[in-house]
Amino acid sequence: MADVPSILPLRLTDVTYQARGQTLIDGISGDLEAKGRSVILGPNGAGKSLLLRLCHGLLQPTAGRIEWAVGNNERVRQRQAMVFQDPVLLRRSTAGNIRYPLHLHGTPRREQQARVDEALARAGLSAVADRPARVLSGGEQQRLAIARAWVARPEVLFLDEPTSNLDPAATRAIEELVLAVDQTGAKIIMTTHDLGQARRLANEILFLHRGRLLERTPVTEFFAAPRTAEAAAFLKGDLLC
Amino acid sequence: MTDLTAAFALALDMLLRFDPDLLEIVGLSLQVSLSAVGLAALIGLPLGAAVALFRFPGRLAINALLTAFMGLPPVVVGLIVYLLLSRAGPLGILGLLFTPAAMILAQCLLITPIIAALSAQTVADLHEEYDEQLRSLAAGPGQTLVTLLWDGRFRLLTAILAGFGRAVAEVGAVMIVGGNINHATRVMTTAIALETSKGNLALALALGIILIALALGVNLAAMAIRDAARVRYG
Repeated sequence: MADVPSILPLRLTDVTYQARGQTLIDGISGDLEAKGRSVILGPNGAGKSLLLRLCHGLLQPTAGRIEWAVGNNERVRQRQAMVFQDPVLLRRSTAGNIRYPLHLHGTPRREQQARVDEALARAGLSAVADRPARVLSGGEQQRLAIARAWVARPEVLFLDEPTSNLDPAATRAIEELVLAVDQTGAKIIMTTHDLGQARRLANEILFLHRGRLLERTPVTEFFAAPRTAEAAAFLKGDLLC
Repeated sequence: MTDLTAAFALALDMLLRFDPDLLEIVGLSLQVSLSAVGLAALIGLPLGAAVALFRFPGRLAINALLTAFMGLPPVVVGLIVYLLLSRAGPLGILGLLFTPAAMILAQCLLITPIIAALSAQTVADLHEEYDEQLRSLAAGPGQTLVTLLWDGRFRLLTAILAGFGRAVAEVGAVMIVGGNINHATRVMTTAIALETSKGNLALALALGIILIALALGVNLAAMAIRDAARVRYG
């Protein structure tokens, strides 16, 4: 992998997304660099999920450009992965779900098992490897979704509110897993509306409000001295709408 | 009423005696209809999935045809296959007319639209759920089709069952292309038609009872598999 040029940074230029006459993402620009965990923070409806889907290429911006460092092509999709808020698990076993992307990408069969086992172990799912994925608990399902996203060694991992429906114990397990994935060198780009989670996981905060990127600052700075009134209000717990 | 009681008694009696003629007829019915279903599933499942997933020229026309052809009259299908396979027909050289192979072909044509149209609906529903996830995983069009067919495998059983029910119960097509020849192409439905016309109402009814029981048994087994799978795989 070392001699393959990185797909990062991801460059956004005046990215705008409109639907039904409403501007949902409004002129966002900036580079997402290879290093660090970027957390997109903001109230519900700010456009966080939408921005993630635009970056991942599931949606096309109505104006502006989103470009990977190596250009946008079919292979770029295989080098990134996304964990959805409500992950869609295939109607197969836990191990079968993790094996699926390797199968899609044409990973040699003899390599697959070792990588599936490693991903299972890392996500703490080895004991339920043969269990049908859809009968797992919510926390296990989300860990499985992360393991499945990670198994093909993406350079970028997008996570959309990965703990929004989970209890504190399951949330802690997810956060630990995200940090572990980060340790393997994958760029983490995730959304959350949970301030505590942003503080625990982020290196930098991208604060989004009504489709606009209001500020982008290192995490300590953001929590100590937010630059915008909206961010300050959000931090205070005021209801932004 | 006496006919009905007599028919039940006769059906039970033939079954318990393992009547060799009956077993032959039941065996051929199953052989023909199961082969037709297998063949129709091989064609209909991918065809239905393709219609559900891909935008290609003629897609709407195919979709409309499939839906319309769900109700094809069996005698018409039989007639078409007859014309294809008769001495003078384009496939006459194969010498298949009045053989089980011709009956399989006719039933296959009859039920492929049913299986395709029903599986198109199933695959479309599943695709709505899977679409974003599969695009995120960079699944190609072919991979998406295979994944949806596999993950929908237990729901698709319903489509296949509908095809089987139609195949095993139809009489018009197999009568025309099979000819209802004793010990060669006689199946349950053609035997029922024959015995009725001969006035052996009790025997005809007995065969009918066995046919219905058979269809019921196959359906119950498939439903049990599907429900068990739903509990297991969600």
